[in-house]
Parts: sequence; structure tokens; C-alpha cells
Amino acid sequence: MAKVISNKELEGAFFLLKVEFENDARPGQFFMLRAWDKYPLLSRPISVFDSDGATLAFLCRKVGVGTEILARLREGDELSLIGPLGSSFPDFEGKLALVGGGAGVAPMYFAAKHCKRSGKASVDIFLGFSEQAILEDSFVAVSDSLVVDVGGFITDKVDVSVYDRILACGPEIMMKTLYEKCLAADKSDALWVSMESRMACGIGACLVCSCPTAEGNKKICKDGPVLPGELVFSRRDMEANAFDARGC
Amino acid sequence: MSDILKTEFAGAIFKNPVVLASGTCGFGAEFNESFDISLLGGICAKGLTLLPREGNRGIRAWETASGLLNSVGLENPGVEAFVRNELAWLRTVDVNVIVNLGGHSVDDYVRGAEALNSADFDLLELNISCPNVKEGGMNFGVKTEVARKVVREVRSVCRHPMVVKLSPNAEDVVSVAVACEDEGADGVSLVNTFLGMAIDIDARKPVFNNVYAGLSGPAIKPVALRMVHQAAKALSIPVMGIGGITTWKDALEFIMAGASVIQVGTANFIRPSIALDIIKGMETWLGNNGVRRVADIRGIV
Ligand SMILES: Cc1cc2nc3c(=O)[nH]c(=O)nc-3n(C[C@H](O)[C@H](O)[C@H](O)COP(=O)(O)OP(=O)(O)OC[C@H]3O[C@@H](n4cnc5c(N)ncnc54)[C@H](O)[C@@H]3O)c2cc1C
Ligand SMILES: Cc1cc2nc3c(=O)[nH]c(=O)nc-3n(C[C@H](O)[C@H](O)[C@H](O)COP(=O)(O)O)c2cc1C
Repeated sequence: MAKVISNKELEGAFFLLKVEFENDARPGQFFMLRAWDKYPLLSRPISVFDSDGATLAFLCRKVGVGTEILARLREGDELSLIGPLGSSFPDFEGKLALVGGGAGVAPMYFAAKHCKRSGKASVDIFLGFSEQAILEDSFVAVSDSLVVDVGGFITDKVDVSVYDRILACGPEIMMKTLYEKCLAADKSDALWVSMESRMACGIGACLVCSCPTAEGNKKICKDGPVLPGELVFSRRDMEANAFDARGC
Repeated sequence: MSDILKTEFAGAIFKNPVVLASGTCGFGAEFNESFDISLLGGICAKGLTLLPREGNRGIRAWETASGLLNSVGLENPGVEAFVRNELAWLRTVDVNVIVNLGGHSVDDYVRGAEALNSADFDLLELNISCPNVKEGGMNFGVKTEVARKVVREVRSVCRHPMVVKLSPNAEDVVSVAVACEDEGADGVSLVNTFLGMAIDIDARKPVFNNVYAGLSGPAIKPVALRMVHQAAKALSIPVMGIGGITTWKDALEFIMAGASVIQVGTANFIRPSIALDIIKGMETWLGNNGVRRVADIRGIV
């Protein structure tokens, strides 16, 4: 059980939830959150926005029943956490672009902070929001530059040719566009993406979040969420099996 | 742990009657990182097919009111890779291993069972809720005579004790159960998922690429319980009860309805160790109510 330290409502249906929880989370990893008993049935996967080892912060967007309950948590309330889960962004050096869209901006704060800490990386952050930008000061504090777009396509503002690595999290179309730009710049291996999917177990057992890749299916919760962009986007058009089992 | 929960099923001894259901716990390794799976009565491995399968595309899970629709599509590494890469480790754990086998033709099932004959595990669970390619995709468990044929053919080659996992979408689930017993099954397990559906109203399309999907979880429990009760009354072979079991009270209901063993599926997603709470709760209730062995309340309703 984790205890809520604070829960702050932000613009655009976002909220920032801070909890007390010993952890060794790395950037890109997530937790399964649950602040209710049996309904809704499933816990909700949320990325680490920030961690100092003793506390965790989550940046969430209210989109349905689970995130509504999480948004209502108050100081002192308890919730259960499973994690940290999944893969993380590797320790990159050099010139980095971190691109986040919508709720996908969440892992970029911790990733930027971590990359800057090594002293061997420059970090430019690009964030795309549909309604209103949030936490700009926080992102500025952990980066060399911040570019924000509201209502348009953040990918238009990223010149992939000048970066050693591009880390991305957001709508699939955003990540796919970045992949295509990387491909055109002959650097498709520079892109790392954090994938999203509906999840059930969160620990790699139920295969609900399988993602087809160039090397066969990967479990987003266990092999991912962070995967090389090339692995995912060089193969997104596999034909479906005929007579697939319905359920099982 | 006392012997109060010890249960015999088709020749296998279960230290308690609680098994993790196929497809909800992989091959056990991930759950073992979260708790000691040797505390369970058994573990039922993810459904296998003779050859590896990539499973379905698109959305694979959709939450409903107290339920879960899934359309994983039997993603699995195939029988051979399972035996080579997963079974040896699972065998080092002191827990009964049930291997779940599916197929898309009678021949698939027969060859799958043959390929498993030399492997070491406790029970084979034959999943007949798979689409039959020859019959336009209708599930093998729907019509009694189609189910009978698969069970007969597999029984004639299978050297393991065999439990047939019944589909609740059967035209007459009791008649399928009786056919399984007639054909030499050592037990039945029920239920698999109910055929269901969800529609994305904004897209004006079904949520799932395959249109229909399998419903599981607390929502199906009363119906599953009724089916277990009916099947247990009609059979002399033992029954494993499955369907929405989430608490120790649910588990005891299935036992009183006639199940010898119960399987926990979707509830594992609430918390991986939920089965341990079920085991402890059953043991406490039995102790508090002066029941010496769980078998004493089996089928009392
Ligand atoms: C690895 C991972 C990390 C994530 N990190 C964050 C994060 O840091 N912050 C954040 O706000 N969100 C994050 N998400 C998405 C978040 O898990 C979903 O928004 C949440 O589960 C929705 O739950 P709900 O009950 O509020 O909505 P529901 O009532 O379940 O659904 C409402 C709407 O949300 C969409 N939705 C539901 N589940 C998902 C999902 N898993 N992924 C995408 N869309 C979904 C549905 O399409 C639906 O339109 C992450 C998802 C994954 C897989
Ligand atoms: C994600 C998922 C995958 C499943 N995969 C299989 C499978 O491979 N083989 C099988 O026989 N049943 C499979 N099932 C069905 C379960 O084993 C169980 O019969 C069903 O979910 C009902 O029990 P429950 O309500 O406790 O989940 C699966 C269920 C779920 C939710």
C-alpha cells in the first residue's frame, strides 16, 4: 500500500499524484495503480512521472472511471501499487530529443532529469497537447530547451536529423510519424518509443497487451513499454489469422 | 498447511483445490515473482496449440461491468517450445501442472496430444472452446456430437489423465459433459468464456477485430455456478469449477455445487496473489465450521 502525499488538479483534465512508496523505478517504467476494491476489475497502468526512491509522482489524465477515482484521492488516502514494471529508456548520451504527446508527456520529465544527471547529454523536450500546456516550468527545469505545441502536430517541430537519439511517448500516429522522419533521415535506429495498450495482469502473463514487432510479438507490459521504434514500426501491417479464437 | 483442503482429482493429489486458470497466469514464472506458486494446488498453463500462434490483432481486452471481454486468440509458443523452454522449470516447483491444449481441427488436437505424451505433467486439459476451421469457425464445444468426436479421438492417443474444458456456449452443456464421460474423460472443467460483444459507438464499429469475444469475471459467476451444479449432478467423474471466482466464498459455493477443484482466472488480474487469500479463507471457514475435509461439503447442495 502506498500513501498519498498530495494530489493536484491541473489544466486539461490532468492531475499530479504524489505518493509515498519505496522504489527503484527507472524512466519509462510504470506501475499498476488501484485505489478501489473490486470495481473496476482491472488496475490501471500509469508511467512514472518522477521518483526520488522514497516517493513517486504520477501525471495522469482523467479519461474514464479508473482515472476519475485516482483524481479524487486526497492526502493520507491509500492505494495499492504493483511495480516498477516493464522496460526503461537506456542511459543515453549526446544530443537527445524527448517527444511527448498528451498523457505521453508523463514519462518525459523523469527521462529528461535522468539523462541530464549524467552530464553527458543535452536534452531538448517537445510536448504536444490537445487543449492546454501543463507543467512547462517543471519541464524547462530539467532540459536545455522546451518546445510546446497546442492543438497541432508536435512532430512538425522536431528536426530528427540533428539528434543522436529520439525518445517518444504518445499517440501511435505521433510515434509512427517520428519513425517515418527517422527513416527518411536514414537513422531509424535512433528512435525509442514507449508503447501503450490496454493491460490486464501488467506482469507479462496474460498476453492482452501483445504488440506485433519485427521480432515477433512483444509484451508491452514486460518487454516494453519502451522498445526500439524500428522494432515496432517496421512491421505494423501483419495480416490477421483466419478463424481466430474468440476469447482465450 | 493442514490436510483439510487436500483433494484428489483424477488420480492427482492437490494440496488444496485452488488452481490458476489457463491464460490468466502464463506458464507461472511471472506469478512466481510475486508470490510462491508452490502454495497453490495447481497451475493451468496458457492454452497451447501444436504449432506456435501469434494470436489476434487489434484490441484484445475490454472491461465490462464486473467482467472482462478478451480476444487474445490463443497466442502461444506451440507444444514443442513449451516443453523445451517452460515445462522443465515449472516441474521444479512443487505444484500440480495442468497443460491446456487447443486446436483448430481434430487432427490438430490429436497431434498436439501425441506431442505431449512423453512430457511430464499431471493433467491434460482439453480446451474444446476453439473454432473448428472445417465447420466455418464454430467452436468444438457447441454441439455434443462434434465435442464427442474430438474427445474420443484424443482419448485414444492421450496417455495423461484428461480433463475436458467445456464451453458455456454449448447448445446443451450437460449433454456435452455426459458425452465426455462416455468417451473416457477423467474429469471435466467448466466454464470457459461466454461469447460476448462490445461496440465502439464513436467509431460505429465492434471493439474487437473478430467482432465477438469471450466474457469472464464476476459477471459470469452465477451462470457458471449453475452449469457446474448441473454437470456435477449428471456425472460420476470429477468436476473443476471455473467462472468469476474472486473470493473464498465464491470458491466454497462452487465446491458445494459439486466441484472438486476450482480455478481462478480473471480475479488474478485484481492482484496476482488473490488465490492465496481464497485458500486461506476456505481453510478458515472450514475450520470454524467443524468441517474436517473439504470433500465433506462437496456437492452438498
Ligand atoms: C504503460 C502505460 C503507461 C501509461 N502511463 C500513463 C500516464 O502516465 N498518464 C496517463 O494519464 N495515462 C497513462 N496511461 C494510460 C492509462 O492507463 C489509461 O488512460 C487508463 O487506464 C484509463 O483508465 P480509465 O478507467 O480512466 O478509463 P476507461 O474507462 O478504462 O477508458 C476510458 C477511455 O480511455 C481509453 N483507455 C483505456 N485504457 C487505456 C490504455 N491502457 N491505454 C490507452 N487508452 C486507454 C479508452 O479507449 C477509453 O476511451 C498509460 C498506459 C500504459 C499502457
Ligand atoms: C485473458 C484470458 C485468456 C484466456 N486464455 C485461455 C486459454 O488459453 N485456454 C483456455 O482454456 N481458457 C482460457 N481462458 C479462460 C479462462 O481459463 C477461464 O475459463 C475463464 O476466464 C472463466 O473464468 P474466470 O471468470 O475466473 O476468468 C482465458 C481467459 C482470459 C481472461
